[in-house]
Amino acid sequence: MRFQSFLIKYAEIGVKGKNRYLFEDKLVAQIARTLREVDGTFEVWKTTGRIYVDAKTDYDFEEVIDALQHVFGIAGICPLLQIEDNGFEDLCRQTVAFLDERYPDKHLTFKVVARRPRKSYPIHSEEINARLGEAILTAFPEMRVNVHHPDFFVNVEVREKINIYTEAIPGPGGMPLGTNGRAMLLLSGGIDSPVAGYMVAKRGVELDAVYFHAPPYTSERAKQKVVDLARIVSRYAGPIRLHVVNFTDIQMYIYEKCPHDELTIIMRRYMMRIAERLAQENHCLALVTGESIGQVASQTIQSLAVTNEVCSLPVIRPVIAFDKQEIVDVSERIGTYETSIQPYEDCCTIFVAKHPVTKPLLKVIVRSEQKLAEEIDAKVEEALTAAETIEIE
Amino acid sequence: MRRTGENENMRDIYLDNSATTQPLPEVREVMREILDEEYGNPSSMHSKGIEAEQRMRRAREQVAATLKAEAREIVFTSGGTESNNLALIGAATANHRAGKHLITTPIEHPSISRTMDYLESQGYEVTRLHVDRTGRISLEELETAIRPDTTLVSVMMVNNEIGTIEPIGEIGALIKKKNPQTLFHVDAVQAYGKLPIRPRRSGIDLLSASGHKIHGPKGCGFLYVRDTVKIHPIVFGGGQERGLRSGTENMPGIVGLGTAAELACRKMEEKTEHMYVCREQLVEGLQALPEVQVNGPEGRAAAPQVVSASFAGIRSEVLLHALEAEGIYVSAGSACASNGPRHASETLTAIHLDKKLLDSTIRFSLSTFTTPEEIEETLTVLGGLLPQLRRFTRR
Repeated sequence: MRFQSFLIKYAEIGVKGKNRYLFEDKLVAQIARTLREVDGTFEVWKTTGRIYVDAKTDYDFEEVIDALQHVFGIAGICPLLQIEDNGFEDLCRQTVAFLDERYPDKHLTFKVVARRPRKSYPIHSEEINARLGEAILTAFPEMRVNVHHPDFFVNVEVREKINIYTEAIPGPGGMPLGTNGRAMLLLSGGIDSPVAGYMVAKRGVELDAVYFHAPPYTSERAKQKVVDLARIVSRYAGPIRLHVVNFTDIQMYIYEKCPHDELTIIMRRYMMRIAERLAQENHCLALVTGESIGQVASQTIQSLAVTNEVCSLPVIRPVIAFDKQEIVDVSERIGTYETSIQPYEDCCTIFVAKHPVTKPLLKVIVRSEQKLAEEIDAKVEEALTAAETIEIE
Repeated sequence: MRRTGENENMRDIYLDNSATTQPLPEVREVMREILDEEYGNPSSMHSKGIEAEQRMRRAREQVAATLKAEAREIVFTSGGTESNNLALIGAATANHRAGKHLITTPIEHPSISRTMDYLESQGYEVTRLHVDRTGRISLEELETAIRPDTTLVSVMMVNNEIGTIEPIGEIGALIKKKNPQTLFHVDAVQAYGKLPIRPRRSGIDLLSASGHKIHGPKGCGFLYVRDTVKIHPIVFGGGQERGLRSGTENMPGIVGLGTAAELACRKMEEKTEHMYVCREQLVEGLQALPEVQVNGPEGRAAAPQVVSASFAGIRSEVLLHALEAEGIYVSAGSACASNGPRHASETLTAIHLDKKLLDSTIRFSLSTFTTPEEIEETLTVLGGLLPQLRRFTRR
């Protein structure tokens, strides 16, 4: 069976007030953008409280569903049987034929839910429910009606044409991209940061990303891995501008001047400072990291507090209270896991001390950083100037 | 640190010739002829097919001549890995009634060791010999290992990571003395074109080689199959290559391989001597550097093109990228193993290299085009880099 049309259900947009059209228009635009990559021609349009995708040509069902499941803001995708209004008899006949094909096993319960936006239709909703239900029961004696917990609903919408659907394939949820500003994601090659980026994008936030590269200690392949991760995230999050910052000189300088057990924490503070500068230059209103409490020495609450201290922008940490396995589960679902576990070192791990500080004191760290006073500002400026930008579509 | 491309006068120094080599101009030329003009299928009955068949015959003769073998003993394949798979699986399955015992070494290329693992999973018994600190097997151990039901012994001629030359002639003689029914396969991917090989004189029944290690094309190699030896194919179809390797022949590859083989074996002694001179210069220079250890056999007991060295306190990947930034290309351990997830090299483990050095080992591999000036430059760069890199290590 080929569905000519899909009804797109969305969740939280429905509760918006006067801004609602903004959210709907963004969602329509995102769906259209995503479907441009799919074989076939589609029309995306909205009417009161509804978004429809109409297929104008032949298409691959799985491909369309997969594409729509990457569009934030979609709560459910309902494949529609769309029929012309050729009288109620015809409606019943077509519905029965549709159910026969869709549900080979008839030992199921159902409930008819009719709506009649086209008020000129001669039969009332309640009457449609009763008479269509009767027609189904007559056709399939094994089926039963259950108005409280049916196995499936037979939804009927009488508009210009008549829409019939029985299932809603879950979408990713969230808010349409571009409805919540832009943020700067600190992207490493690990498992956590792509998940963090995904989660923030899911709330409608567009992303820039920054990656700290430390040649020759990290390889070109490690950088390629980050580009690959950004590309996977961008399938959900839309185009991402990836800033690659060469961190080697700064890292070496810290390594030479500061106590070794404080290296990671001081490095993280400089990463945050650089990320914030890039954020400001690129109209980002927040930073996003993949930090999770207690995962490593630099992510204890004490360490997070010391790291956070250098930023004035809000730092969003979507996976802060997730267990590692919970993060892994998301990364597997969104398809970043396989790439994340490729074994290339990132710059956070290369010189890490055997016993890094886990409870740093801010004033101690600040005192250590004073040893960098001579050259650090120049090095940061140089890193910012030399940053490479990669546009990920 | 200088970055690649910053200095326009900088010339690349390519010391990763055991990973792959640059194809010779002559090779590119003949391959282009095939791609541009002579695109026929040697199986076609018309003149374009005959023309292709002639080119292929010529290539087969070129390769056979380098081994003093018969043209019909050369089976073209897609390269070293396929040749090794065909030799092992083909010989094991064709002789399984005579026995299911196979012998190999612990320092083989993965295309041997993983194929042996597979055969083991299919009910064959595999004996893996030991090697000494230079990577050489013991003839005594081999002699005791050969049994009446041993159908195949597979030993590489030159190790790809540390350059050990195994005593192929003595091994061949020993096998034939102990059990004349046992077949002898030699993985000669790293030896072919650098050291003289005479299969018949050395008691070799099967021998693998690859085009792209001898300045020929990738995607083409051959398996020498002595004419009295029966093996089964692993690829089935139209019956090309005496039924041992079905599939329309890779004509550009085969013709390129023929040319590369002929050129590699021309004045081989002279070229090998040149590589040995460069090798000795590199080894001496490395040994003069602080805390550097050269692995594998010494002097002429090693292949002319491979030098393995461990740099205490420096991770090989870091040194590799630091050299790369200076336009010098080397490999960490062996290129085939460093692509995938990082695990310790089987060869380096088998020669009992200090565990601390496993991840600090670099392979330099030379070609006939390597110059003493390039070696000199490499040593100078290393001399500058090592103290710099050792300053920044995990402490």
